[in-house]
Amino acid sequence: MSIILNKDSRLVVQGLTGSAGSFHAQQCLDYGSKIVAGVTPGRGGSQHLGVPVFNTVTDARAKTGADASLIFVPAPGAADAVLEAIDAGIDTIICITEGIPVLDMARVKKTIVSLRGRRAIRLIGPNCPGVITPEECKAGIMPAYIHKKGAIGVVSRSGTLTYEAVWQLTQEGLGQSTVVGIGGDPIIGTTHAEILELFEKDPQTEAVIMIGEIGGRGEEDAARFFKERMTKPVFAFIAGQSAPPGRRMGHAGAIIEGGSGAYAAKAAALRDAGMTVVENLSKIGAAVAKSRKTVSA
Amino acid sequence: MKLLEWESKEILKARGVPVPPSGGVIETTGRLGAALKKAGKGPWVIKAQVLAGGRGKAGGIKVAKTPKEAQAVAKSILGMTLSTHQTAGQGIKVDSALIEGAAKIEKEYYFSVVLDRQSASPVVVASGQGGMEIESLAAEKLEAILRVPVDVDAGLPAYAARRLAFAMGIPTDKVGEFSRMARALCRIFLDYDLSLLEINPLALTSKGLAALDAKIVADDNALFRHSDLEKLPDHESSALEKAAKKAGISYVGLDGNIGCMVNGAGLAMATMDTIGLAGGTPANFLDVGGSADEERVTKAFTIILKDPKVEAVLVNIFGGIVKCDVIAGGILAALKKVKMRVPLVVRLQGTNVDKGKELLARSGLKLIQADDLWGAAQKAVTAARGAKEAA
Repeated sequence: MSIILNKDSRLVVQGLTGSAGSFHAQQCLDYGSKIVAGVTPGRGGSQHLGVPVFNTVTDARAKTGADASLIFVPAPGAADAVLEAIDAGIDTIICITEGIPVLDMARVKKTIVSLRGRRAIRLIGPNCPGVITPEECKAGIMPAYIHKKGAIGVVSRSGTLTYEAVWQLTQEGLGQSTVVGIGGDPIIGTTHAEILELFEKDPQTEAVIMIGEIGGRGEEDAARFFKERMTKPVFAFIAGQSAPPGRRMGHAGAIIEGGSGAYAAKAAALRDAGMTVVENLSKIGAAVAKSRKTVSA
Repeated sequence: MKLLEWESKEILKARGVPVPPSGGVIETTGRLGAALKKAGKGPWVIKAQVLAGGRGKAGGIKVAKTPKEAQAVAKSILGMTLSTHQTAGQGIKVDSALIEGAAKIEKEYYFSVVLDRQSASPVVVASGQGGMEIESLAAEKLEAILRVPVDVDAGLPAYAARRLAFAMGIPTDKVGEFSRMARALCRIFLDYDLSLLEINPLALTSKGLAALDAKIVADDNALFRHSDLEKLPDHESSALEKAAKKAGISYVGLDGNIGCMVNGAGLAMATMDTIGLAGGTPANFLDVGGSADEERVTKAFTIILKDPKVEAVLVNIFGGIVKCDVIAGGILAALKKVKMRVPLVVRLQGTNVDKGKELLARSGLKLIQADDLWGAAQKAVTAARGAKEAA
């Protein structure tokens, strides 16, 4: 088992024929992901990377049975691409695109909320590296070879920071169940807490690494979920302990506003809830390895 | 992107939101007379146009009753260095001042529209007790702060604006006027893709309600569809930050002495943190982006080294899709073009890391290699100390 994606996932790539879409879709195909369709308006009927291309997501889903979408559409049209996937009946949507206007995402969230009860739409991202279930399915831009199948779930707001953590795990001989990049924007489809809930239910996952950043309340909400309903151990790292307030550090979401979202308060909330907070990123893989040795001994 | 008060008020005025009579913005006292005349009868308010809040307390906002007094006030404000609680110890030089007709204030309110991450929607945050910083009000009297959700398409419904007006204690005969104003402000927030629109104070004056101050922060990601905002000057970034932005590099200047070059925003922050844990202080945040090719690396080195405080440079690249040997080649090529005046520590990890390290080692260039992030941070801190002692 795993979360979000597995070896049977059938992906449609929106923006397949663009440069980012082509490059990363090829890497996903090389990894063995089942990309069954691409969508580029106006290119319907053609083939790209050996994959049939359709004009609309509706066509792609009808003809190929795609059940998850991976989006590389440029920022001005990316929110619309998410809405198109939802409208076509796709429930698992992974949006890699960076730089989407935040009110566009507010409109996407409004649509998802309005469908609650009828559809369980799982949007991952935007502005994220994607999702990988090692040795089964890669839907994203992460370097495949650093991953290894195993029992540790990883959830993160950042890309290369995730690779660093995954790399350390693999070096320690610890594989991953699923690695999820939830994205660094102020409005994202799925939160830390929601991913923790999926990992808690997943039999393959035995422990979780949660990588957060300053800004927002996502990590605090995850801490509350952890305290109330989670039995598996969580190892957390929060980036930005050295960041000054009011300055945006790359990610639109990573900004301390009016004192909220600062490092000390976040780390304290996580510790109080019973998570293991690792201050030094270089030590996170070792921290997980150490605890697992203790448990098995 | 942050707008100055006068730029924000121009937008408000164009959308029918009442603002004080403006005499325009002056950069020299020579233009004061015309500005006073345009603003109408005195007394006038002269307001320093800088982005920091808390201008009033710091002496950047003053009232003048006569033209002579106005002359003295304008002279003191223009060119002054303003230090407020929001400028973090560093003063901001005042280049321009806004001249306005002063209004007799009967009562002050607080009104803002912000993006609420929890509900993924804009929300009005308002209070009947204006004039003070919303953070202090939140700390002292949380119950005095009212929150009303704004629909991202429809804006603020009239009934919600009315209900808010009564809750804020707006006088009954001004409720209609307030509702129109609140709804127009929400519309501006949506139409311009803002992340913050703050009116503090929104005042009841002898001439009715008016936005006495206005603060706008626009969403950088949406500037492509707002050419009128896009053409406004960037008041916030330093020269180096502007140069970086142009090169597609995300750079924020900081106070320390270890320059950083990292790929990815999260890893860049974590690298700064690790430098801190190793006993050093970062000179900057720098995300070189996904490609990290020769051109980008050259630009990034140039920008980092322009900061005179830099005494060592730490490069931390996780080669994922981009291979480490390609990155190493980029670093070597960049070092041929840029004179490295301080010690350089390089930590490569990821695809083809051994090839990359070998390339760097064989180059004969003086650089310090590290295997993991912790070792790299420690080496950079030691190198910066050594550079300081040698100097």
